[in-house]
Amino acid sequence: MTRMQKILVLFSFVVAIIVISVFWITEQSNRELTAAPISTNGLSIENWQTRNGARVLFVHAPQLPMVDVRIVFDAGSARDNSKAGLASFTNGMLNHGAGEWDTNTLAERFDSIGAQYSNSAARDMAVLQLRSLTDTPLLDTAVSTMMAIVNEPHFDQNELERLRKQVLISLKSQLQSPGTIADKAFYRTLYSEHPYAMPIAGEPETVTAISREDIIEFYKQYYVGRNAIVAIVGALDKAEARDMAERLVGNLPKGKSAPALPNVKALQQAEVVQEAYPSSQTHILVGQPGMKRGDADYFDLYVGNHILGGGGFGSRIMKVIRDDNGLAYSCYSYFLPMREDGPFIMGLQTKNESRDQALELLGKTLREFIEQGPTADELAHAKKNITGGFPLRIDSNKDIVEYIAMLGFYDLPLDYLNTFNSKVSAVTLESIKDAFARRVEPGKLLTVTVGQQ
Amino acid sequence: MLKNIVLWLAGIMLVLPQIGLAQVHETTLSNGMKVLVKEDHRAPVVVSQVWYKVGASYEDNGITGISHVLEHMMFKGTEKHGTGEFSRIIAENGGRENAFTGRDYTAYFQQLEKSRLPISFQLEADRMRNLTLPEVEFKKEVEVVMEERRLRTEDNPRALTQEQFYAAAFVSSPYHNPIIGWMDDLKNLTVDDLKTWYGRWYAPNNATLVVVGDVDAQAVFNLAEQYFGKLAPSEVRTMKPRPEIPQLGARNIAVKAPAKLPYILMGYKVPVVNTATEEWEPYALEMLAGILCGSNSARFPRELVREKQIAAGVTAGYDLFARQEDLLVFDATPAEGHSIEELRQAIEEQIERIKTEVVSEEELARIKAQVVAHKVYEQDSVFYQAMQMGLLETVGAGWQKLDEYPERIRAVTAEQVQAVARKYLVDDGLTVGILEPQSLTDKSLASAEH
Repeated sequence: MTRMQKILVLFSFVVAIIVISVFWITEQSNRELTAAPISTNGLSIENWQTRNGARVLFVHAPQLPMVDVRIVFDAGSARDNSKAGLASFTNGMLNHGAGEWDTNTLAERFDSIGAQYSNSAARDMAVLQLRSLTDTPLLDTAVSTMMAIVNEPHFDQNELERLRKQVLISLKSQLQSPGTIADKAFYRTLYSEHPYAMPIAGEPETVTAISREDIIEFYKQYYVGRNAIVAIVGALDKAEARDMAERLVGNLPKGKSAPALPNVKALQQAEVVQEAYPSSQTHILVGQPGMKRGDADYFDLYVGNHILGGGGFGSRIMKVIRDDNGLAYSCYSYFLPMREDGPFIMGLQTKNESRDQALELLGKTLREFIEQGPTADELAHAKKNITGGFPLRIDSNKDIVEYIAMLGFYDLPLDYLNTFNSKVSAVTLESIKDAFARRVEPGKLLTVTVGQQ
Repeated sequence: MLKNIVLWLAGIMLVLPQIGLAQVHETTLSNGMKVLVKEDHRAPVVVSQVWYKVGASYEDNGITGISHVLEHMMFKGTEKHGTGEFSRIIAENGGRENAFTGRDYTAYFQQLEKSRLPISFQLEADRMRNLTLPEVEFKKEVEVVMEERRLRTEDNPRALTQEQFYAAAFVSSPYHNPIIGWMDDLKNLTVDDLKTWYGRWYAPNNATLVVVGDVDAQAVFNLAEQYFGKLAPSEVRTMKPRPEIPQLGARNIAVKAPAKLPYILMGYKVPVVNTATEEWEPYALEMLAGILCGSNSARFPRELVREKQIAAGVTAGYDLFARQEDLLVFDATPAEGHSIEELRQAIEEQIERIKTEVVSEEELARIKAQVVAHKVYEQDSVFYQAMQMGLLETVGAGWQKLDEYPERIRAVTAEQVQAVARKYLVDDGLTVGILEPQSLTDKSLASAEH
């Protein structure tokens, strides 16, 4: 059916925030219910550069007559400087008039051929994504439209003022969401002077101050060949993919890669932020700076966190908070690896009167995990889950295009997926304990609560 | 432009036969359980879903939310597999799993590497008949569900408005009640209520098994027979019909809650595939919703958001595969400096226009192109394919309606769009719900525990 349909459903448990894991089987705790080991054949990723230095990653997927393209620029909100919201604003303006077409015509061109365009900005990345059928006249229209959006955005003043109003109203709507309030307070305090501190969409004052010149300057600096990654998955051959990548980004100036971001400073002491909000629940976030993409401790922290609070049912936080005490519907922990140290976060929401109990249990669960590490059973179970589900990671073009864009953006090795399982299998009880002891300090946590006192 | 679009569309139409839409294989086990299988050999994975014909719209007053609480309790153990064991085994096999409850269904799923399908079948067959429903687990889990209600509804002003809006729009229809249930009903629910509910609805002859993935259909049928075939059927009681009483005039409600932005919901009573006397009408309504608000080039985003700048955001919702008569709903937030009343008028003017002016061929063609393209895109997800089949089968429309859908949409004419607008988008069938924001700092207005 079409996108207009809203499906009203409630899930039994919260779908994990972080891409859920991968999998296999060595031990057999229940012989009747286990099957043969799983092949970990990964993807065959082609990889080259456009004439102006953009990196292209391509996976040939001939089964369906469609293609997914994801273009990622190192132009996320970490590049805002003092103008919080600039990266997101620039990204949002791209399809508001470009080339020979105004906003309405661009929308019509995509809709008329059933192509799907979207854009978004995060702290590290600015993203443009396209899905189209590969039938020649259709794809040609999709690509020429996307090409204008990438290369010739108008940044028209009237459109800019209209989008500014939209951004301001969406910032206002965030004030009626205790979860969003908590999230913003968490990043603001955790990252303090670091560029990751500011909210991606900015603040009302900073968004109001952004000028057309700011946007044009930002676009010129960051939407350049050497700052771009193009991921393509679909029913094209390599020559067609090459041609498509050149058309989409090949005409951008070569430019420069974005400069390195500053290192993230660890918290020097425990900090507490409490915000009053007239909700029936208190939203709780507890954490620290965590790790980078490609971090040397990545697999130990990833597998360890799977056991702590990343693995859904069966993880310690889920067991203690939800199963044993009925304190929350959603409770979790995760590391969000970014260009520089992304956060380690434990989170939940509970009725106001349970706040202290939940905080105490959360702290206790973390301390015990750091002091004692996981049990052998927990580790074996986590490895089976992570490695045994490997095929699910790459079972759709949609998943694959996001995956390879991520590999390209963070400059991870192309055999990353193919070696993923063996690296997970190599993690030991000691290596997890060691990594958590070095990387997570329970005495220096940031605690954010939003709710009624 | 128009000519080009027609050409493009012709291009898309050519694509469909090329990809050879996979066939659905269907069988019914001797105990009455329906099994649907679609082979998709793109990746060595499989999704398995069990759909039960029970959901919030099957519930009586006093036990609202029981289908959803039972869904939570389905993870709390059987005689053979204790509390949490189901999830542990699926996880050890690298699987992902979850369950969901809607107005008209409750469904459970696992996504696995293809060789693990028997594990899913064995566990699902076990919990279809042998759930233990321990009191101690229930006491905790119902607290979890109350936290879920606080998270989703109590502390979310728009969700709160939607809940009250549906309760006003539907009087005798079970769509009056929220899926998650009223807070007081959750507080008074007992494990005995759940046992009765489980006994009444969880039986092979009230379930549909849907499997999509890298499998052989006949092998899946054999496997289904092996695990589910031995389960005894139940006598599933026929429910009394609970149609909505005729609406005799517009209804307006206000919801006061702590919030920053006003918000309006406008819902019109409309037929769905299950209830339509004219088969084409739901498809014309789908087209109507698409033309007004189905994509970025539709009329509402173009005219209300971008041109008049009277709306900050506006969406349309219509579920043509609901089990009972439903609403075509528009929801919107006014742009800064505009009132809810102005926004409502602007939406009503748009509706008036669609009644008086025939929509253009170009607009129709755009929606049709999107529907056809989507038919290709949806095959990128085995989960979505299974979900569609399970849903249509469970609400009584039948999975075959999926294959008919593009053709039915293609057949809709501009005159039919106008006809359904004139017939159904009328004041007497309208319910309007308005969120009136209250201060976020005044403690006296904090949402009280019910």
